[in-house]
Formats: sequence, C-alpha cells, structure tokens
Amino acid sequence: MLGPFLETLIGGLLTGVLYSLVALGFVLIFKASGVFNFAQGAMVLFAALTLARLTGEIDGREVHLANFVIAAAILGTALAFVGWYAWREYMARGGGPAERNRMAVLAVVGAVIGGAVAWFYGKGSWPLWVALPATAAIMGVLAYAIERLVLRHLVNQEGIILFMATLGIAYFLDGFGQTLWGSDIYKIDLGLPKAPIFLFEDVFPGGLLVEPGDLVAALIAGLLVVVLAIFFQKTRIGRALRAVADDHAAAQSVGIPLNTIWLIVWTVSGFVALAAGVIWGAKLGVQFSISLIALKALPVLILGGFTSVPGAIVGGLIIGAGEKLSEVFLAPILVRQFDLAGGGIENWFAYMLALIFLLFRPQGLFGERIIERV
Amino acid sequence: MGLRKLALMGAAVVAAGIATSATAQGPNEQFIPGLIYRTGAYAPNGIPFANGVADYYALINERDGGINGVKIVYEECDTGYATDRGVECYERLKNKGPTGAAYVNPLSTGITFALTEKAPIDKIPVISMGYGRSESRDGSVFQWNFPLLGTYWSAADIIMQHIALKEGGFDKLKGKKIVLVYHDSPYGKEPIALLEKRAKMHGFTFTPMPVTHPGVEQKATWLQIRQNRPDYVLLWGWGVMNSTSIKEAAAVGFPREKLFGVWWSGAEPDVRPAEGGAKGYHAAMLQHGAGQFGVHADLKKYLYDKGKGVAKWDETDEVLYNRGLVNAMLGVESIRTAMKKFGNKPMTGEQVRWGIEHLDLSAARLKELGFEGMLQPLKVTCSDHEGTRAGRIQQWDGAKWVVVSDWYQSDDKVIKPMVDAAAKKYAAEKKLPVRDCSKES
Repeated sequence: MLGPFLETLIGGLLTGVLYSLVALGFVLIFKASGVFNFAQGAMVLFAALTLARLTGEIDGREVHLANFVIAAAILGTALAFVGWYAWREYMARGGGPAERNRMAVLAVVGAVIGGAVAWFYGKGSWPLWVALPATAAIMGVLAYAIERLVLRHLVNQEGIILFMATLGIAYFLDGFGQTLWGSDIYKIDLGLPKAPIFLFEDVFPGGLLVEPGDLVAALIAGLLVVVLAIFFQKTRIGRALRAVADDHAAAQSVGIPLNTIWLIVWTVSGFVALAAGVIWGAKLGVQFSISLIALKALPVLILGGFTSVPGAIVGGLIIGAGEKLSEVFLAPILVRQFDLAGGGIENWFAYMLALIFLLFRPQGLFGERIIERV
Repeated sequence: MGLRKLALMGAAVVAAGIATSATAQGPNEQFIPGLIYRTGAYAPNGIPFANGVADYYALINERDGGINGVKIVYEECDTGYATDRGVECYERLKNKGPTGAAYVNPLSTGITFALTEKAPIDKIPVISMGYGRSESRDGSVFQWNFPLLGTYWSAADIIMQHIALKEGGFDKLKGKKIVLVYHDSPYGKEPIALLEKRAKMHGFTFTPMPVTHPGVEQKATWLQIRQNRPDYVLLWGWGVMNSTSIKEAAAVGFPREKLFGVWWSGAEPDVRPAEGGAKGYHAAMLQHGAGQFGVHADLKKYLYDKGKGVAKWDETDEVLYNRGLVNAMLGVESIRTAMKKFGNKPMTGEQVRWGIEHLDLSAARLKELGFEGMLQPLKVTCSDHEGTRAGRIQQWDGAKWVVVSDWYQSDDKVIKPMVDAAAKKYAAEKKLPVRDCSKES
C-alpha cells in the first residue's frame, strides 16, 4: 500500500509543479497590476505554437505560403497601427528622446522579427537555440501590443474592466494563434529522456515510477521561482512593480512610469508562459488543449494566494498531490460506499481542497493580508 | 388605356408570374449542413474528417454535376465539439436551401443527444455514423436517428470478440481484469452497459475509469492501472485524450498490444504524437481504415489535379479523411435513394429520411462508387438503422496502420435485447409513438 501511495504522491507533486508554472504567470501580472489575466492560458498556447512552428518541419510549402501572406498582412496591419499610434503619441508629447528611443527599439524588434519570419519560411525549420529567443522576442512584442492597445486606455479603471479586457485578449490570442500557426498537433522536441525511472526497486515491488520529463520541468520551475523572487524583492523594478500593484494612481504620483512597468510585467509573464508552453508542449504535443491547462492553475491560485510567488509553488504541490491522491484512493471508496454514479473527482476535488484552505486563510496560503481602513 | 400601357402591364404580369414560380420551385440545389470543427481542443481530429466530407461533396458536383443533376450546396459550421455551439449551428442551418437541410451529421455524441429531440419536430434526419446513442438503431422508436455502420455497443463487442479470440474463447476471460479508460461524457459512457453485461456473462472484472475533458491530465488513471495491472485496457477517447493515454501507457509500461481503442481512438493524430510509444497499439475500425481506394483516383482527377481539394494530397489516405468520405457518400446515396421514389429534385428532410431507411448498398454498388475495400454491403431497414455491424481490428506498427484481424460481426444475441429494452424505456420516458416496422414498406 505504501508503494502505490508514494508513487501517486510523487506523481502528483511533479504534476503540481507543472500547474505552478502556469500559475506563476497569473501571479506575476496580478502582483504587479492587480489584474487577473484570463489570457494567461492563451499566452501559453500562443508561445508554444510559435516555438513549435518555428522549430518544426514545414511541409506543403504552397499552402503555408498562402497562410503566410494572410498572416503577414494581418501582422503588418497590426504593426502599422501600433506604429501610427506611437507616432501620434510622440507628436502629441512634443517628441521627447525617451519616446523616440522606444520607437526605435520597436522598429528594430519589428524588423528583426519580420526578417526572421521571412527567413523561416525560406529556410524551413530552426534549431531550438534560435527559435527560443525568437519566440521570447515575439512574446515581448505581444506584451508591447497589449500594453499599447488595451491596458494603457484602462489606467485607473475598475479591476473588473481590466479582467474583461483580458478575457477579450484570451479569445483573440486563441483564435489568432490558430489562424496564424494552424490547429494541428505540433511537436516540441527538447530531447528529454522518455523512459521512466524506477526508484527503490528493492524496497517496493516494481519500484516507484518517476517520469524524467516531469523532473526536468520541476527543476525549471524551481529555477524560475528563485529568479522571480530575487527580481521582486531585491531589484528597483521589483519594488516599483509592487508599488503599482497596491495603487496605480499613487504609484504614478510618485513618478513610477506605469506604462513601462506594465510592459515589463507582461513581457516577463510572456516568458513564463513560454516556459510553461515548452514544458507542456513537449509533454502533450502543442495544440489548443494546452490553453485549458490554465484552468488547472485556478485552484492553485485560490489556495496559494494571487500575490505570492512561493504560494504558487506550494499551492501547486498541494493541489497536484491532493487531486491525484483523491482520484486514486478516495474516489473508489466514495463510489463504493455511497453507490455513486462515478466519474472523475480530481477536477472538482482540487477546487474543494482550495476552498477548505480558504476557510482558514481567506487571503490564500501566502497571500498578503488586505487591511482597508474605511 | 393605350395599347402600349396594356402591353407593359401584360409584360409585368408575366414577369411577376415567372418570378413567383421561380421562388416557389427554388433553385435546383440540395442543401447539406456540415457541423464540423476545425478549431478548438479536438481540431486535430476534426480537420481531416471535415476535409473528407467537403471533398466528397465537391467531387459529386464536379464529376456528376450533382446528385442526378441537383447540385449540392454544402455549408460548414464550426461547433468546436461543444454541444451548445452545435445546436446553434443546427438552428442556423436547418432552414437553408430550397428544401431545408437534407440531414445533419452532428459529429459529436453530445450534439447527437441534443438533436435527437429536435429532429422529429424539424423533420430532419440525424446521421450519426459510428457514434450517438446505441439504442437509436431501433428505428421503430428513433425514426429520425441513423447510427450507420456501427454503434458503440457494436464497437465494444467487436473488441471483446477479438480479445476473446486471442485468449482462446470467451470462457478464458474468467478472472481477467479489463479496464475502460473513457472520456467522461455521453460518448465515453456509451460502451459501459455492454461491457458490464459481457463481464457478467464471462466472469471478468470490469472497471470503468473516467478522464475529464479534454484529457490532458491522466496521471492518476494510469498510476492506478500500473498498480492494478489489468489484462486489457479499452480506450474510449477523442482528440488529445487519445495520444495522452497512449503516452501514459508507455510511461507506466502498460503493454500497448493490450491497449484497444474504439474507432474514434484509432487514427493518425492519436498515435503520431506518442511516437515510438504507440507501436503495437490496437484500435477497432469503423469498417474502413487508412489507404487509398477507388474513389481516390476520382478525387485526384477531378479535384486535386485542378487544385480544388481541401486537404493536402498526401493526407487523403488517412483514417479520418476516409471516414469523412464514407460519411458524405452515405448521405449522398441516401438522397439518391429518396430521389428514386420522389423524383430528381431537391429532397426535403422527410424524403431523405425515407431514403436513408431504404438505403441498400450492395458490393457491386460500393465498387461502382469506389468504396470497395473500405466498406461491406449495408442495408438499412425500419427496424435496423445501423445497417451493418461489421468491424475489424488494426494495429499501429510505428509508421502506419495495419489490419490485423478478419471481419467480426457484433453479437446481436447480446446486443438486441439491450437495444430493445433501452429503446422501449426511451419511448416511454419521452412518450413517443412506436412504429410497427412489420407494416412499413
């Protein structure tokens, strides 16, 4: 009995780390802007799709050429719009040097990506080490576009308005990603070992099964958490991010550039989405379903608190282990004892687990206690 | 009134008459709606099927100028495999064309369940080829449903027959453990009743294990399988759930040879993502498998050589593309059958329903249509809306599907009583009239 229990526990904990990876993206944006970013799942899908198509084998060039022309037209229109908008802002402000620099950066990044995409269609598949930074750059541009076109206009609006805006972004990204890159199953090959590892074979019959892919994912997630924790606690930008999260208007009044902060945080969140997309994509194949992984991150957030990076990790571990153990050990008992109709319990059990924790800690396990003086 | 005025008035009257008669008759077109999905979680499986359907209708128009001269007008609506969107698509398309929708292929058991109640009111037949309610093959109750080529009870029975054959007979299954990993939806639950009955008959332990939509997280299920070590696992998945199951089976070391998928778990998108892990995996066949047959030569000649095909040519030999072709062909032949009785003009849903119920495809006719080797002869009747219950088993050899069994017929001694009981119960619940099929011509 101990063997199966430990095996399920380990499997659950490792799956939990993967949930944490997605939850981290939510936490980052919520922490820095107080926005619950519904589009996080869509960003994971978009990042993974981009990477998979950049590294993947391209066949049926003619068909893709037609796609490319359409995509280039859409992308071109979008970039032109951003450019026009930026130029208008620039003129309106009398054209400061900072604005000019930012526009120059945008132009360079746009040109690099445009050239890269064209080269990609000319050459075929890219090696991972080229495609990964390219995808990161695309996520950066995406963050810029979101900040420019959506968030900037919603400064000081109610949180729910910003949330609704991210809902729109989610649907747009889901659809646009599939229009641009297709909705088939694509591969991301990280060259990870696939053969399972069996631990303690002499203690438990059959050993304890551990998947190496999950182990690597756990390592990446752990590394990300350390980096992000340092970023938030020790750097100037990190402190500015936390100030913005507390109050947009107050942060602006002490000279924190709100737009830049948002751009940074959405970009970082895009990188986290890329990391999650790579790991989940390598595990499942890249396809629409990985955007639904975001739903798995929700109980993690409820439990861990929306503002805590360690909370996302610990929450992920508890939810992952909790749902697997409940499905394997609790569900059969429930069904047998109460003669239930059956069906998987792990999905709703995760939420129930999170809600039970909320009874004792309403702000989540590691969330900041909110005190509002009236 | 001057002569000129009179002549003008006369001309106007004649013109109005022509216009009215044109509206009354409508254009010589047969409207067929396509509830498909090219986006969403199940798109990788939905796309090749949708391509096959679209190509076959296009072929009929290009090669034959339509069905007996009546052009097919086909319109797709993307349901994303969601029941609510499916019903919305149905409502939007049901009245299009001069005679409304000829029939509807819901391409989802959930949508089929929803439309089963609407079809009799709208008088539009529902063709759920290889899916839908298993008891809906009973045409005396389900007048408007046609689960052609095989229900899930047939599928499960065919797989069990194959396993029994490998074990040396059904009596050898005594004491064995068989698990069903299923999509937690109306679709996935369909085979449970049949498998429970077979378990009682032969003394094997049957355990159903649900996987929640979309099936990307199955670790709990497969760790249980690793711990319980069943003799066989049956897989009733769709889309990403299939490849994830196969990958997890490989990860926990469950022999792929002992993993049997239903015919919706046995196509290329299900095995390719699992790469080497899928080698040895078995799946039931909805009669046809992968490969190119007679009809493909025409597809090449009339569509692909002219750049009019929807898919890529080298994907037209895939399982789900072929299934799309078969599905569209059965629809077209049903309309043709109806035309024999009602004349060569656009058919109404009610007339097409009659056509499906009298569909009779002999081996010679199948050969003529280019489907020889894909299908066995089928004959639909009032009491049997399934038409045929034959199936085979195929195995993935790492690169392609290989047919590894002869033809099986699902055992009607087991299934028929179940169908009768379930259909009777449904009729009583919904207070439906029951037809006397012995009096139908």
